[in-house]
Amino acid sequence: MARSLHRLANPGRFRRLAGRVLPWAAGLSAVAFIAGLWLALVESPIDYQQKDSVRIMYVHVPAAWMALSTYAVMALASAGALIWRHPLAELAAKASAAPGACFTLVALVTGSLWGLPTWGTWWVWDARLTSVLVLLFLYVGYMALWRAFDDPRRAGRAAAVLALVGAVNLPIVKFSVDWWSTLHQPASVSRFGAPAIDPAMLRPLLVMYAAFFFFWIAVLLVRIRAELDERRLAALALQRSG
Amino acid sequence: MFLALLGRDLALAGRQGGESGLALLFFVLGAVLFPLGLGPDPGTLAGVGSGLLWVIALLAALLSLERLFRDDWEDGTLDLLAARPEPLVSVVLAKCAAHWLATGLPMTIVSALLASMLAVPGDRLAVLALSFLVGTPALTLIGAAAAALTLGARLGGVLTAILVLPLYIPVLIFGAAAAEGREGALALLAALSLAALALAPAAAAAALRHAVEQ
Repeated sequence: MARSLHRLANPGRFRRLAGRVLPWAAGLSAVAFIAGLWLALVESPIDYQQKDSVRIMYVHVPAAWMALSTYAVMALASAGALIWRHPLAELAAKASAAPGACFTLVALVTGSLWGLPTWGTWWVWDARLTSVLVLLFLYVGYMALWRAFDDPRRAGRAAAVLALVGAVNLPIVKFSVDWWSTLHQPASVSRFGAPAIDPAMLRPLLVMYAAFFFFWIAVLLVRIRAELDERRLAALALQRSG
Repeated sequence: MFLALLGRDLALAGRQGGESGLALLFFVLGAVLFPLGLGPDPGTLAGVGSGLLWVIALLAALLSLERLFRDDWEDGTLDLLAARPEPLVSVVLAKCAAHWLATGLPMTIVSALLASMLAVPGDRLAVLALSFLVGTPALTLIGAAAAALTLGARLGGVLTAILVLPLYIPVLIFGAAAAEGREGALALLAALSLAALALAPAAAAAALRHAVEQ
């Protein structure tokens, strides 16, 4: 595994592999989105309490899963960049940030839209909402740090350290916010998930998750490729001027 | 070297009178602004007083962080320190200790006075001051890591704030809860400070190393 990851450090090899994987990831994502949305919006049963608004779940839950796992990938890639100075790991971490922030934002917005009919308010200081909001701020800070330096090497290392600090901090934030909300939050918000999920709802959920996942793979590959091109252009410009 | 650096930083903080004194002044001023905004009713103030003080302490700590490493980095002191055989972690620890003695400790001492001005009942003042004593080291240590990361960045100050405030959230939660005397909060706050003591200097040292190597 480690060796095959190191082989990817060669940009040419990565480019060939990305060129082969990209159409499959994009295609699978498109197919899964069509199938998943049909399953979610037409085929799946309505909730006996929440009626049609339960369908928001099929976008909301995969987005929230992706928001978290993208941060995990970003932190792992950052560790790889710091430990092995793997050039591609750094780019992968950088390329993960914006999609991760978008997933987080989608999760927050759909959560609010879902909260309005079911909880009666679009925002409550519930533990989960608060910690996802913090996650969004961590993504934004990471992206801001990347842009703050003129030297990309310095930016990359600072951002990698920040991603790791955030990864250590995220469980602590989660724990502290849970602890805090049990103090302040009256148990009025009945959360979905108490009853076991029905298979008829689980199927569209998993298909939608696959759609989000392949979408993320495709976006990541495109972004890494663009980043490689950008660096190559910068190097060429430097060569020509020098 | 640790003690020499600590003494130097404290002397600088004392003689320049600038940053750390201003942070303390900001802490006091911030606490004065809230009664003006919320109204002087002691009942309202007593309910929110300890939480407010913790929020202001966070912001005051932020203000003083910006220059924690910046001056030494700009005039080359940091390069000399990095070239020494001692690990950079001990440099970070010395500077954090000086920073805490110059800002965290005075804030702790003033906090009880400010709390009583915010109509926090007298029997809770000791617990509140204790929460500041236990929690402010975490503010310094976590902030040091963020300050080291943003060395040489454009928009240094604002950027440090954006990076550090999300990381301060657990400290704020447990600090405010401990100040209100909630059970277990003080122990968790101490755990946070100890965890920050164990991890944050390493992150700050790594970031300083990258800043120096540049």
